[in-house]
Amino acid sequence: MAYPIDRKYTKEHEWIQATGTTAAIGITAYAQESLGDIVFVELPKVGAELSAGKTFGTVESAKAVSDLYAPASGTVTEVNGDLATSPEKVNKDPNGSWMVKITLKNPSELGALLSAADYEKFVAEEAGH
Amino acid sequence: MRYLPKSPADREAMLKAIGLRSLDELFAPIPAEYRLSRDLKVPRQMAESEIVEWFKERSRENGEGYTSFLGAGAYFHYRPVVIDSLISRGEFLTAYTPYQAEISQGTLQSIFEFQTMICELTGMEVANASMYDGSTAAAEAVMMAVRLTGRRSVVVARSLHPEYREVLTTYATHQGMPLAVVGFGDDGRVNLEELAKAVSGETACLLIQSPNFFGTIEDADAIAEIAHKNGAMLVVSIAEALSLGIVEPPRHADVIAMEAQSFGVPVAFGGPYCGVIATREKFVRQMPGRLVGQTTDKQGKRGFVLTLATREQHIRREKATSNICTNQALVALMVNIFMTIYGKAGLRELAKQNLAKTAYAAEQFGKQGKLLFTGAPRFNEFVVATSEDPYAINSRLLGHKTVGGLPLKKFFPELGNAALWCCTEMTTRTAIDTAVGLVAESESSVRSLKREADVEEVAR
Amino acid sequence: MKHMTRKATRHVNQNEGLIFEKSSAGKGAWKLPPLDVPEVDTKKLLGSSERKDLGNMPEVSEIEIIRHFTRLSTWNYAIDLGMYPLGSCTMKYNPRVNEHVARVEGLADGHPYQPEKVSQGALRILQTLSECLIDITGMDAITLQPAAGAHGEMTGLLMVRAYHQSKGNARKKILIPDSAHGTNPATAAMVNYAVENLKSDARGMVDVAALESQMNEDVAALMLTNPNTLGVFEQQIHKIADILHAKGGLLYMDGANMNALVGKVRPGDFGVDVMHLNLHKTFSTPHGGGGPGSGPVAIKKSLEPFLPTPVVIAKPDGTLGFEYNRPKSVGRVRAFYGNFGMFVRALAYIMANGPDGLRQTTEDAVLNANYMRKGLEATYDLPYSTPTMHEVVFSDKLQAKNGVRTMDIAKRLIDYGFHPYTTAFPLIVPGAMMIEPTESESKEEMDLFIEAMTSIAEEVQEDPQLVLDAPHSTRVSRLDETAAARKPVLRWKPGN
Repeated sequence: MAYPIDRKYTKEHEWIQATGTTAAIGITAYAQESLGDIVFVELPKVGAELSAGKTFGTVESAKAVSDLYAPASGTVTEVNGDLATSPEKVNKDPNGSWMVKITLKNPSELGALLSAADYEKFVAEEAGH
Repeated sequence: MRYLPKSPADREAMLKAIGLRSLDELFAPIPAEYRLSRDLKVPRQMAESEIVEWFKERSRENGEGYTSFLGAGAYFHYRPVVIDSLISRGEFLTAYTPYQAEISQGTLQSIFEFQTMICELTGMEVANASMYDGSTAAAEAVMMAVRLTGRRSVVVARSLHPEYREVLTTYATHQGMPLAVVGFGDDGRVNLEELAKAVSGETACLLIQSPNFFGTIEDADAIAEIAHKNGAMLVVSIAEALSLGIVEPPRHADVIAMEAQSFGVPVAFGGPYCGVIATREKFVRQMPGRLVGQTTDKQGKRGFVLTLATREQHIRREKATSNICTNQALVALMVNIFMTIYGKAGLRELAKQNLAKTAYAAEQFGKQGKLLFTGAPRFNEFVVATSEDPYAINSRLLGHKTVGGLPLKKFFPELGNAALWCCTEMTTRTAIDTAVGLVAESESSVRSLKREADVEEVAR
Repeated sequence: MKHMTRKATRHVNQNEGLIFEKSSAGKGAWKLPPLDVPEVDTKKLLGSSERKDLGNMPEVSEIEIIRHFTRLSTWNYAIDLGMYPLGSCTMKYNPRVNEHVARVEGLADGHPYQPEKVSQGALRILQTLSECLIDITGMDAITLQPAAGAHGEMTGLLMVRAYHQSKGNARKKILIPDSAHGTNPATAAMVNYAVENLKSDARGMVDVAALESQMNEDVAALMLTNPNTLGVFEQQIHKIADILHAKGGLLYMDGANMNALVGKVRPGDFGVDVMHLNLHKTFSTPHGGGGPGSGPVAIKKSLEPFLPTPVVIAKPDGTLGFEYNRPKSVGRVRAFYGNFGMFVRALAYIMANGPDGLRQTTEDAVLNANYMRKGLEATYDLPYSTPTMHEVVFSDKLQAKNGVRTMDIAKRLIDYGFHPYTTAFPLIVPGAMMIEPTESESKEEMDLFIEAMTSIAEEVQEDPQLVLDAPHSTRVSRLDETAAARKPVLRWKPGN
């Protein structure tokens, strides 16, 4: 699986793509595949504060729930309303299906996250277990 | 032992296959000091005929054949024989929770029909597959409102079934949910002024019952308005499901927590009954309990499955909407069959008979004792205050193989010598006239005692 | 089917729509007797509260109702049809005399508020069942009020909390092994305790060293299922109890697996302070497609003041009654006294067995599980080789190599005429296959099951797709659960 190099990744399988001080957050292709068919995405409201490493929502398949962890801290400026009615978009296009956009509180937090290559390596190790 | 399908030779053969010599060796993992070396102190093994006789004896000690005027959350309605005939089918009786949908379509489709009928009767959009009973359904509905509003305070009507209120208190105590209780007026309804004062921007929900514990139908629309003005939810408990046959459901409620025992479920000394929660579609993800949904199989054929299971304990564990697992499925099936038998026209006619019996009884009792809460409509219960202690009247009634109304002083000391009477389609005019006659005797003897006392006073 | 089976053949069952689709105005299955009091004007009595219309409630005749539900029933599998080996669910035979006595007039028509004078029969049943269950568990007192196992857990933890509160500190958390049923953590959350996970050791038992290090004055109780969900008896149970008690904690036992112990060993004798029973598992009351259950909670003396109200007492005149005045009680957990109809059934079961029957029942349940283990251990992976009590847990490790998982094998069992075992639980076993035959299975039925499982394992080798597409013999094939959850259709509406 190729992971786009225009963004950073977490060990909890989220991606974050920053443009200046705003950033979009979604889950990786690996995450959507291990979850299976996604039936519901629960997201925070605009204005909610995210803090790095803490949960901010959930993704559900018919028989499992996964927490979403914030890759970085910030304030939610936009929520992808499409996912409320069409959660399957996350399965079809995980890289294009951003969940929330935030104003980054501390853009330097991104420095600690994984690059596409590192994430790919991490996933390969995890899948090997 | 007649339930065990093994001969001594079978056991021998099986032990041999495992490589053991005695059944006792199977229990070797249990430290010897804990193994029981005596017989359990339980009744000796009995023949079926002895068991049946033992329970028949208990039945005779239990008011068998008495006429009853009790209601208060457990109602005597006629149970069509079709119900027991159908629920006794082993395929319903001895099946587990329908997790394996391909071989559980019977249970699943019947629950889907149950959910639909509960929606139709309550005017709500979704209903679950059942809760333990009306009291726990009410408590769980309140906790649902707390999650949905993000607020914690709860306002409860004093005219809610007192035992339902006790259950809510138990559930709320450790959740840090403050409960405020709002009283009732002379018409038996929630005191709206008091209610308006009790509700604030901190209130998660109001919990009322309608018809309430006294049988009085609440003005649910006015109460909903007070709740919604404050951003709070309205939870309505319905203990007498049959009222929905002729009483408008609380259409502005946000959650209805119902006890469906009236629909074909034996009174059975208090259980098992059938709670159910119904609500708006938008609240469904915070609902407790199982839900059945419609879907299709690989060939596109209609079928049913348990759905939205991620709310439940087996997936979300400590973050689940409730810990409920086993529910009241077979009882819900009784309810389902009852609703199907009476249906659209029958439920209304049946409810109307209840209304007529109650109107007659209330009028007759009112001529003797004092009928309370006359200012508002009621369904099949009414409160009568007598001069004499209702316990004394009731013990005389027992002599006529009749169980009188429920004395209310235990729950509502402020109502003095009042009792809650209930009539259903099962109550005969003769039974009503007998009970009224005894109340009349009691009242007149109290009056004559009082006259004698007055005469003595004058003579002195 | 490649491997013909001796147990099942396909049979025809009939199609049947939803009841609403059979409804039409003017049909009905009811008739009321003539009214013996004056008719009433509903408008006058109810005013604006009068309901005009009952919406889409069905209108059908009695024969249609009988056929409707009878046809639906034929789409269900049931204990009455064959083995139902769901692990930790104890799907045993539901004796018919239980159903008969629960319907005896004075019991079925007894009102919960009728005077105690005319409730002596019901009270005697409550008392007799309580005494039996107290001796079976080796505890000191009991409440029958909880409506199901999870409700019993809540009641038990409420008493745990009240007990600690009375000692001045309610404590903060409950320890729960990673093999536990989901209701345990969900219950702890309901009574506002934090959950701390306790890991299992290599033998599938509580890691006693881990317990020792995690135990402190913040821990209110350990919730332990014993035998646990692997069917393994916690051999260090005395040590576990000692560790808890030394720090003032309590040992809660989830009695879901009590069918392995009745008459052979008593939790009260190995250090348990509070436990619940599932009358719908161990004591043969029917599951009825998901309920009703009953979850009595038995306790040691130290917890007695906290029992829910009311409790049954013997009065000075020798009659029985309810006592409500118990200031330290945790309160009520449901209206009235519990699922009384289930008490009648459970007591009838105990009477039909007697002490010798109960002991033999337990022995047969454990015998069956061990026979099952022996019959399948060469074919399926056994992740824990610790001795088996009433249930055995295999994994799909060997079959997963061919892309076949536990759920696929479970679905294939249906074609062989069996209900599947419990899949994917306990969570500590990846691809778990949890099998509890109970005592109700004959050697013949056991052999048929082993034969079916062995045959499926061969199919996995030779034709995995056959297993992946199973079941092949049911009226519906695998259903689309994803679509059901994405766009929930939770009720029928006209025109859909």
